[in-house]
Amino acid sequence: MITLSHVSKRYPGGYQALIDIGFAIETGEMVFIVGHSGAGKTTLLKLLAAIERPTSGSVVVNGQNVGALKPLAVPFLRRNFGLVFQDHKLLFDRNVFENVALPLQIMGYARNESARRVRAALDKVGLLKYEKSFPITLSGGEQQRLCIARAIVHRPAFLLADEPTGSLDAEYATEIGDLFRSFNQVGVTVVIATHDQTLQARLSPRVIALKQGALAL
Amino acid sequence: MTAWFSQHGRSVAQTLQRFARTPLGSVLNILVIGIALSLPAGLYLVIDNLKSASHQFATDPQVSVFMALDADHTEVARVAVRLKQNPRVQSFKLVSRDQALQELRQSSGLGDVVDSLPRNPLPDAYVVNSKDNSPQALEALRDEMAQWPRVAHVQLDAAWARRLDAVLRLAQLIVAGLGVLLAVALLAITFNTIRLQVLTRRDEIEVIKLIGATDAYIRRPFLYYGALQGCAGGLVAWLIISGGVWLVNHNLGELSHVYASLFAFKSLALTDSIFLLLIPGLLGWIGARLSVGRHLALIASK
Ligand SMILES: Nc1ncnc2c1ncn2[C@@H]1O[C@H](COP(=O)(O)OP(=O)(O)OP(=O)(O)O)[C@@H](O)[C@H]1O
Ligand SMILES: [Mg+2]
Repeated sequence: MITLSHVSKRYPGGYQALIDIGFAIETGEMVFIVGHSGAGKTTLLKLLAAIERPTSGSVVVNGQNVGALKPLAVPFLRRNFGLVFQDHKLLFDRNVFENVALPLQIMGYARNESARRVRAALDKVGLLKYEKSFPITLSGGEQQRLCIARAIVHRPAFLLADEPTGSLDAEYATEIGDLFRSFNQVGVTVVIATHDQTLQARLSPRVIALKQGALAL
Repeated sequence: MTAWFSQHGRSVAQTLQRFARTPLGSVLNILVIGIALSLPAGLYLVIDNLKSASHQFATDPQVSVFMALDADHTEVARVAVRLKQNPRVQSFKLVSRDQALQELRQSSGLGDVVDSLPRNPLPDAYVVNSKDNSPQALEALRDEMAQWPRVAHVQLDAAWARRLDAVLRLAQLIVAGLGVLLAVALLAITFNTIRLQVLTRRDEIEVIKLIGATDAYIRRPFLYYGALQGCAGGLVAWLIISGGVWLVNHNLGELSHVYASLFAFKSLALTDSIFLLLIPGLLGWIGARLSVGRHLALIASK
């Protein structure tokens, strides 16, 4: 359960990225956040995962006020999320397997349990045959899928994806769409920020539209 | 519990990988630390050896008690009684003025001169061995005996040992100061090494923070690195010192045959060796902690 009320975000430079946003996302929902470039989609996702803090208003995730969280509690909040970043944020000095294992390693999983889950996640995104490769040798779309594998490997309650089909061709975009639907079907709350009209048409999710930082109805 | 162990085991493995990734830099750092540490530790060992040698030379420091020239037999005998009763006195021996003159005549080759003296210029004397040979105890005994009636003068024969002791004490102080300076240097070296590591791993740190790593988790490999680097430096220092001791003893082989126990240079004792490994390890840990704390805060504020 995610609830935002009267959320505004002004960046240190003075730019007002979000203005008086309020909505709720039920557990198990699939929601798209859409809007033009610069509308504040990424900013909104960052507020949910406590990567940025709201200037005013409250962001509540599972009963916790994210904006007021103590620094020590932030890592544990983030473990509830699987994050797919717009710029991937892969580690290029680690191979595919090690990149996906990262969240499990952080959470202290035993080695063989971790290996089992990593292979399952890689299998889901179709990258199992690349487990020993380094991310630099993967195409843009493959890197995107690697990022998704890393986001789901620890079976988070929420999946937050920022432009997850940004660099995928239509066929893979469809597959990724189905993938998100399958996560959603097993109870994961999925929040996707995207421009992708085809993806939206295929998944027919609930849509939250942003226009220059404000809710557009 | 198993998870805890496997996390720490993985951190150690990661740390060793980091050493392996920059082998030359790591080896140079460890050598610098080791050489720097071997300086105060080696001096400490030399002083320790000199101290025990000086104690060995000064095992039987004697105190000479000279009677007044005109003290008569009963007065001299009374001092003997006091010596016998004094709990601090181990043993004593009377060297009578006649005996002393006799020795002087024989040993100096001045027989004629001595014979031509109108009367014996030497006093009666006691040679006293103290139970406790520490400089303080000897001085106290001297001061006590100097108060006794008809005692003209008390001479400490082991004054040089006391002086050596004072010099060694001063040297120890200097070594301790040197040790403190080098501890600061070790902190600085570790601080800088870890600073560079944090900066080169900046992206990694940012990413794992985003996916839920705690600060403790992020810090851990750096702390292990600092501590292991310090320990390895300590080990190098230990090897340098042990090698040095071996060389000294090897070259003193013949001498030490003759003066067997006197010139065998002792190496570091077990507890000293353990300290030589642990203290640099601890300092490395502290240096790393200071550095990683500061630089993580810098990254977070960006
Ligand atoms: N760290 C920041 N500091 C200052 N301004 C920022 C920062 N991040 C984003 N902004 C500004 O906030 C506005 C919204 O940015 P945001 O990244 O949320 O947009 P977006 O909807 O995700 O756009 P896109 O579709 O291009 O990814 C933009 O105008 C951007 O310039
Ligand atoms: Mg964006």
